[in-house]
Amino acid sequence: MTDKPTTTDQSAPVTELLDEPIEKARHPFMEAWDMFRRNQAALVALIILVLIIIAAIIGPSLYGRDPFEMVWAPFTPPGQNPDFILGTDYLGRDLLAMIISGARVSIIIGLAAAFVSVFIGVTIGALAGYYRGWVEEALMRFTEFFQVLPTLLFSMVIVALFGASLPMITFAIGIVSWTAVARITRAEFLRIRELEYVTASRASGARDFKLIFGVILPNALPPIIVQSALMVGSAILFEAGLSFLGLTDPNVVSWGQIIGSNRTYFLDASFTVTLPGVAIFVTILCISLVGDGLNDALNPKLRSR
Amino acid sequence: MNFLRVTITRMAYAALLLVAVLILNFTLMHLAPGDVADTIAQSAGGIDAEALEQIRREYGLDQPFIVQLGGYIGRVLQFDLGYSFFYSRPVTDLILDRLPATLLLVIAAQILALTVGVVFGVISARKPNGIFSHFVTLASLVGYSAPVFWTGLLMLVMFSLILPWFPVAGMRDVTIENGNIFIHTVDVARHLVLPMVTLASIFVALYSRLSRASMIEVLGSDYVRTAKAKGLKSNQVVYKHALKNAISPVITLAGLQLSAIVSGAVLVETVFSWPGLGTLAFQSIIARDTPTILGILFFSSLVVIVGNQVTDLVLRLVDPRVGSKK
Repeated sequence: MTDKPTTTDQSAPVTELLDEPIEKARHPFMEAWDMFRRNQAALVALIILVLIIIAAIIGPSLYGRDPFEMVWAPFTPPGQNPDFILGTDYLGRDLLAMIISGARVSIIIGLAAAFVSVFIGVTIGALAGYYRGWVEEALMRFTEFFQVLPTLLFSMVIVALFGASLPMITFAIGIVSWTAVARITRAEFLRIRELEYVTASRASGARDFKLIFGVILPNALPPIIVQSALMVGSAILFEAGLSFLGLTDPNVVSWGQIIGSNRTYFLDASFTVTLPGVAIFVTILCISLVGDGLNDALNPKLRSR
Repeated sequence: MNFLRVTITRMAYAALLLVAVLILNFTLMHLAPGDVADTIAQSAGGIDAEALEQIRREYGLDQPFIVQLGGYIGRVLQFDLGYSFFYSRPVTDLILDRLPATLLLVIAAQILALTVGVVFGVISARKPNGIFSHFVTLASLVGYSAPVFWTGLLMLVMFSLILPWFPVAGMRDVTIENGNIFIHTVDVARHLVLPMVTLASIFVALYSRLSRASMIEVLGSDYVRTAKAKGLKSNQVVYKHALKNAISPVITLAGLQLSAIVSGAVLVETVFSWPGLGTLAFQSIIARDTPTILGILFFSSLVVIVGNQVTDLVLRLVDPRVGSKK
């Protein structure tokens, strides 16, 4: 009963203040989008990236040519035959069909592997940052151990020993690339766990699980999202490296694999190597630019740097 | 005294990491389908089940996991990493043959990347909005986004095919028979240029970005303003006073990148047929030569661990605060 006057007292000035800023109060997502839009390079990169993804989804059925089928004389250079705009590879397969089909595999593996590594990294980083003490010590030592293993060699070993299926390749990439996410998540948790709103939820009876996933994690997300976007890029690069070395599912085409299988002949027909490389390069470049844009949008404080 | 104690603690920790790598190695070998007995059986063209059991007993493969693990660690400590049935040689010999080439490539690339990266970073930090600064930002984005094996192949097309400046593959010209040390050194250096530049290109981006940011921060600090107020020349302030402080985060990052550099070396070596651990890994993976693959994983982790120790030492020499803080 005695509480009532104080609440009305506090809300009184608020209603007065609402007059002006009520139009400006917008969803945080819209605000981030506004920030993102100001970075023109990031915006262009996002558009190109969306186009690449659309091409990966509907491209194969739209273009309709089987990337494994030998359709024309090998090493037909680009532009010579209008039916095969980008030319043919060492087995006479249509290079454009291969690149479109490769986009699907590269992007799916990139997304899935990034998801695996973000999942592992966030879990380990969150537990280390939240519980501190010996848990943190043990988990960070574990993380350091993974930083010592040469990433590509370790994935090569996993794929070589346990078979080159798509899930195994995804796992092999995810298991070696989570350390950066773990470090960032831990640092954010160490910072946020000391803030007052966390103490407040703890005082109101929130359990560890709720505090970690319901209170701290949502506030730690911005740098994790930026890092995750970059992870997709590095996972695609990583997959390209593995498939360049021949560690890939033989039943699918991926960008790295096109380069790897044509490598022997590249001094005579360099376009079979150059063109799929351009696809990887443009995709990664766009992802990096979008990552930069996300960084601007989600960490406005860092913008002055 | 303190310096010594820190060094010993770090080395003990490094040894622990190494044992952890061994345990992982062995577990992988254990989990993988097929064992040594199967490999022998395969190379002998098939043996009956009883002989297979016999081999398993001889190699101790019927022992419990822990006993086998202990035996494995004991053998590795005696530099015995097993026998490669594909190359018909002990794995340790194979690896020691290839290790110098990888070390040469990795160290040369790291030094090149650090030098170019720091120089780029410092120059662009002095004029953060100048043309050169924008160029560095753009170049580092490009360097980061290009797959390293693709960069390598483009380099070959550019500088071996179109402009025949450098050799296409390998580390030595086999036609040079009785040259002196000088001729051989020049020969290896000529072969080294393209792989080194290719491998360095990924890391120049990272180092120049960080040293730019770090330098901008240091240049804004009070002691730099004091040094300038004393009337020192701008170059003297930047390269003598500021650089010393700005460089330690870059060295830390360089240490963290070691495992990535060793990984990149695998791809670069494959592209340029550089006779190092990377090409060995590539060949033994095609040949399904498990002992060699795991031996390479062990040795390259060793390279990273030793490299981390060296980085640590350099860091503590450059910045005395680092050791005493912990």
